[in-house]
Amino acid sequence: MPRKTDSYVEKLQRTRVWRSMFRSGTGSSTLHRALAIQQNVFLHLLSTKVRRRMLTFRATWYLGALTLGTFFILVVTGILLMLYYHPSVPQAYADVKDLKFVVSSGMFLRNLHRWSAHTMVFLVFAHMFRVFYRGAYRPPREFNWVVGVVLLLITLLLSYTGYLLPWDQLAFWAITVGSNISSAVPVFGDEVRFLMLGGHQVNANALLRFYVLHCVVLPLAAVLFVAVHMWRIRKDGGLYVRQSEPGREAVPETAAEEAVLEKV
Amino acid sequence: MSEKQTTPSPGEQEISRRELFTKLGVASLGVAAAGMLAFTYRFLSPNVLYEASPVVNAGKPESYPVDSVTLDVNSAIYLVHVPEGFFSLNAICTHLGCMTAWKPEAGIIACPCHGSRFSREGQKLAGPAPKPLSWLKTWISDDGDIMVDRSATIQPFEFLRI
Repeated sequence: MPRKTDSYVEKLQRTRVWRSMFRSGTGSSTLHRALAIQQNVFLHLLSTKVRRRMLTFRATWYLGALTLGTFFILVVTGILLMLYYHPSVPQAYADVKDLKFVVSSGMFLRNLHRWSAHTMVFLVFAHMFRVFYRGAYRPPREFNWVVGVVLLLITLLLSYTGYLLPWDQLAFWAITVGSNISSAVPVFGDEVRFLMLGGHQVNANALLRFYVLHCVVLPLAAVLFVAVHMWRIRKDGGLYVRQSEPGREAVPETAAEEAVLEKV
Repeated sequence: MSEKQTTPSPGEQEISRRELFTKLGVASLGVAAAGMLAFTYRFLSPNVLYEASPVVNAGKPESYPVDSVTLDVNSAIYLVHVPEGFFSLNAICTHLGCMTAWKPEAGIIACPCHGSRFSREGQKLAGPAPKPLSWLKTWISDDGDIMVDRSATIQPFEFLRI
C-alpha cells in the first residue's frame, strides 16, 4: 500500500502543474533537499542545512519555535474573535459577553486567545533566558539579540493593548494606570498619553486606537521582525553551537564531550 | 560632464553638478519626511474631544448635610460640607489616576489601586501618592446651585461660605 501511494506522489510530482510550483525537482539527493528549502518562500529564511543534534530537544528546548506557535494560534483565534467584536463604547463589553455566553465555541476561542497570550509572554522570557545563559547572544549574534528585544517589546505591547478590549472595570482601570505611568516620561509624557488615548480620558478614542494597534499595527510589526529574526539565524551561522564560544577550541561532537560541556 | 569649472574663489568649496543635485534631492527628501512627521502628529491629535464638560452642577446646597462627604462617580469629585463651609476635592488619585473612595467608618479617603490614603481635606496620610488631592474651584450659580470646575484648582482651606 505505501508503495502505491509513493508512486502516486511521484506521478503527481512529475506533472507540469507541480513542476511549475515547485522548481526544486524530485529526488532525495542532498542538492534536491537543499533546493527544496532554498526555493520555498517561507523556508528560504531558514538554513538549508542544520546539524542533526541541533534539532533535538536539548539543543534549544524548542522555545523559539514554540513562541512562534503561540503567535500563530493568537493570529487565528484573534481573526475569528474580530468577527464578533465591535471596538465601540459600550458595545465592546456586550460583544465580549456574547462571545462568552452566546456564540458557539466563543468561550473556547476567547480562552484559547487569552491563555496563548499568557503562554507567549512566558515563552518569550524563557527563550531569552535560555539564549542569555547559553551565551548565544554574543557576536556574531548580537544584532539578532537586539531584534529579539524588539520582539519582546512588541509582545508586551500586544498584551497591553489587548487588555483594554474587553472594556470591563479591570480593563478600564488597568489602562488608566498604565497610561498615567506613560505620562511620567520626561518632557513628552503628557503628550505621549494624549496621543495614545486620543484624549484626556480612557474613552471611545482610546478603545479604537488600542484596537487598531492590537489587530493591525503590532501584529504586522511582529511578523516583520520575526522574519528578520529567523533570517538572521541563518546569516549569523545557524543555531548557536557550543564550540563557537570564544576561547574554546573545536571539540569533537561526541556524546561524552557534550556531557562534559553541559556540566561546565 | 567634462566642462571646465571656473576657479572657485577662496573659501568656496568646489561642488560638481552631480553632487549639487544629490544634495538637493536628499534635502528635499528630508523636508518631505519632516512634513510627513508633522502631518502624522497633527492627524493623531484629535481637534474635537467628546469629553464631559469640566464644569459640574452639584445641585442645591441644602441636599448636603453638615459633616457629609458626597462622591459623584460620574464627574469624580467629592462635595464636602463642614461647619466652616463647602469645598470640593478632585477624587482622582494623584498617584496613577484611579478613583478614590470615601470610607465613612475610618473618616478617610482611600484609593483601591495602590493603597494611598487622604484626609477628608485631601491631605496625604499614607501610600505612594506624591501630592494631596486638589481643591477645586467651587461657587454658587445665579440659580442657587453649587457649581464645581474640575479644571480649576484653588488653595486648600478656601471654604465656600453661604
